[in-house]
Amino acid sequence: MTSHRHSRPLAANRRHFLNAAGGLTLALMGGAHAFADPLVGRRKLVVIVCRGAMDGLSVTPPLGDADYLALRGPIAIPLDKALPLDGYFALHPKLVRLHTMMQSGEARFAPAVAIPERIRSHFEAQDMLESGGAHLYGATTGWLNRTLSAVGASRIRALSIGAQEPLILRGPVQAQSWSPGGRLAGSGARVATALQDLYKHDPMLGSALASGLATEAQADLLNGGQGLKGYDAKAFSTTAAGFLTAPDGPSIAVLSLDGFDTHAGQGAAEGQLAGRLAQLDSVLAGLHDGLGAEWGHTVVVVATEFGRTARVNGTGGTDHGTASTLLLAGGALKRGGIVGDWPTLQAARLFENRDLAPTLDIRSVFKGVLADHLGVDRRALEASVFPDSREARPVADLIAA
Amino acid sequence: MTSSQNELQAAIAVTRFGLGARPGEIAAASADPRAWLHAQIRPEGADRPIPPQGAWPDARDRLIALAGYRDQIRAIRQDLGLPRPGAVLTPVSTAVPPSASVPPGGAPFPQPGFDLRADFMAARKLAKAPLDDATNAEVLARVQLACATNAGFRERWTLFWANHFSVAGKDEAMQSLAPVFEREAIRPHVFGRFEDLLLASTTHPGMLFYLDQIRSAGPDSPAGLKRKLGLNENLAREIMELHTVGADSGYTQSDVTEFARALTGLSVGNGQPNGGEQGQVVFRVEAHEPGSRTVMGRRYEGEGPIAVRRILGALAADPRTARRLARLLAIHFVSDDPPPSLCARLESAYLRSQGDLSRVAEALIAAPEAWVPTAGKFKTPYEFWVSTWRVANLQPGDVRKDVLQPLTGLGMRPFSAAQPNGWADDALTWAAPDAMIKRLLLAQAFSAAHAPTSDPVQLAQQALGARLTPASATAIARAESRPEAFALLVMTPEFQRR
Repeated sequence: MTSHRHSRPLAANRRHFLNAAGGLTLALMGGAHAFADPLVGRRKLVVIVCRGAMDGLSVTPPLGDADYLALRGPIAIPLDKALPLDGYFALHPKLVRLHTMMQSGEARFAPAVAIPERIRSHFEAQDMLESGGAHLYGATTGWLNRTLSAVGASRIRALSIGAQEPLILRGPVQAQSWSPGGRLAGSGARVATALQDLYKHDPMLGSALASGLATEAQADLLNGGQGLKGYDAKAFSTTAAGFLTAPDGPSIAVLSLDGFDTHAGQGAAEGQLAGRLAQLDSVLAGLHDGLGAEWGHTVVVVATEFGRTARVNGTGGTDHGTASTLLLAGGALKRGGIVGDWPTLQAARLFENRDLAPTLDIRSVFKGVLADHLGVDRRALEASVFPDSREARPVADLIAA
Repeated sequence: MTSSQNELQAAIAVTRFGLGARPGEIAAASADPRAWLHAQIRPEGADRPIPPQGAWPDARDRLIALAGYRDQIRAIRQDLGLPRPGAVLTPVSTAVPPSASVPPGGAPFPQPGFDLRADFMAARKLAKAPLDDATNAEVLARVQLACATNAGFRERWTLFWANHFSVAGKDEAMQSLAPVFEREAIRPHVFGRFEDLLLASTTHPGMLFYLDQIRSAGPDSPAGLKRKLGLNENLAREIMELHTVGADSGYTQSDVTEFARALTGLSVGNGQPNGGEQGQVVFRVEAHEPGSRTVMGRRYEGEGPIAVRRILGALAADPRTARRLARLLAIHFVSDDPPPSLCARLESAYLRSQGDLSRVAEALIAAPEAWVPTAGKFKTPYEFWVSTWRVANLQPGDVRKDVLQPLTGLGMRPFSAAQPNGWADDALTWAAPDAMIKRLLLAQAFSAAHAPTSDPVQLAQQALGARLTPASATAIARAESRPEAFALLVMTPEFQRR
């Protein structure tokens, strides 16, 4: 981080990033322009959805905020355990690899983002996060699926890792999906052929099976026929990286992590949330290591549906809140400070006297990444990918030119 | 009604309303498909899974066993001088450095005490095994019930409500409690009044642990003031959002907080002095937030547990609850995008009967929209797996191999929904490309081990009745072997859908 390297408190610098939005972004974009860049075909985007409302105040604890310790009490991340960033913000002690990335300018964060509507239902908020709608139930497909349509399904493909299809990738363009397991062989392959014939009149099952078979063939190459067993976060992300780097592999991958709903016994440097963050760190490490040279062309976005209450609750945890931290990692990022404003934890600034207040629409970050990293056309961004989002202007200056 | 219509309706009754056909079941239903379903509604509620021996332990028994296990582990920790969980562990040095040469015949067998942590982990695993065995026995019996029952509609109806009040084994306590919760709080009430089901769920240790109610205390209660305890609003929010009126019903944060205050004191005994008997549901007056409460525009005087009952009653009677439950049922039984006329029928049955779920079930059976020939639902992994066992006329015997591994692979391990809204009930979630491959692999493995020796085409007719298409029948007839034919059968579009 720039400000870290210059020992300048980020908080002093915090308005800078929003102000730059708009004009500069426009200048960088333009549909075909981006694809003239030979690098764009190699550019990778990984979106990690952390479900259950990840507590941003523990992910990037604002140790320099005068109200932090008092609000957080037993779940405050201790000063001597936190991984220092700039003297104001720090990282949770389990985010060791992410810390290294931050120090080398390959990771950044937005400390107070939120979806456009103020809701505290996990499920509605995840719907909004993933559908990219301006209003609840404003969109029924996922914004990454609409991104595929906008860029052109023949030019870019996406993959989800896991047994269930996440909303963010659902829509008219068939996305790939993959999870660890056995391999089709022998009579399974014959049955698959017969099924493709039977599924001709069932478009949903037909296209799903065809895509599954294609991905399976790719996975065979990647793993030398050896399936992963069980849930190993790092192995998952290494495999995702393998898909992304394969010839003709997808450009976009989606992973989900669960278990962030820490209502009771959240813990601080150790404990429940620490375990989840250790897993998140492993996933980031797996992507970094697995992508190898391609890491330099990659952006990873880690997002959650909302944050948690600023105060510790009565049971050593936190309840549903509003703003949270969004993490960015990847070698394609431009070095820089925090993204968006820090509202502070002063009593008068808390949203509804309980939550960290949002200073940045989460769609602004997504739009900035799609525009500058994947070269998504600005009109498509406004018209189809994030409808009714004109007020959420793309954040500029996230991506190295 | 013509006999061909009856045959189609019998196939729909058994495969859409029920859990899939066992051989002979469609024939049995074909005399009068609606009456076949009707006969499965009964006041005593769902079937209960059969315990391997004796009676099932209840929630208290399970919590007492868990407390015993934790005492045992604590004692071992103390004896060995190991730090408490959560403390930072310093790595235990091993006597053999990594560079040590391995003697012929393999690595030296570790001596007792060679690696204290490894010994501790082994001891802990052994101590926990009885708890895991008890949970696995419940899971196996539950799946066996679904695979063997002659009342598939009753069990599907039950699984819907179990998922509506979803709990999951997110920690040791919930691993013990989740199946017990379904057996004790859900199964008895699935054909009773919704209010009773809601009350049973809200006051069961399973839900109290799962949604973090057990330690929620009124900040101004005597216990709250003395020990600096406070609110946890998780249970209050999810009851309103998921179990009753729904997040779009217009309640506010203040309604959630007020309801959470009203719930304070509702907890589970922990066997400590003044902590209540271990495993017993208690109402701790000293932890209850004093004062009257206002929830969704209604005022409740400070009556502790009576106010809780009144609030739950008001939520159960709320027309928004009726509307929401009707829609969720229509989605589950008929279509991801159900016809409004069907939703309206179910809603009106709920309202007219004051939430009598047997009346709602009757309205579902009577609704013409529920009998459309198009199979609007794609089976969830659990439904796919159960119906596969059913058509083979078998039930699983090995919980790991036959239940946990396959369903984990499909993303639907029993009692492990990642979030309190339970399992998704739509095709878009479950029909991902990879999911189809996983289903095919399972179908193939199942067929290799268990393909019935009967004629594959006849078996397909037993499985799907009038729903079997000529194209599928031809493909099954052309298969190279019985296992291949069976795998094809359970992968046909009409078997995957219902």
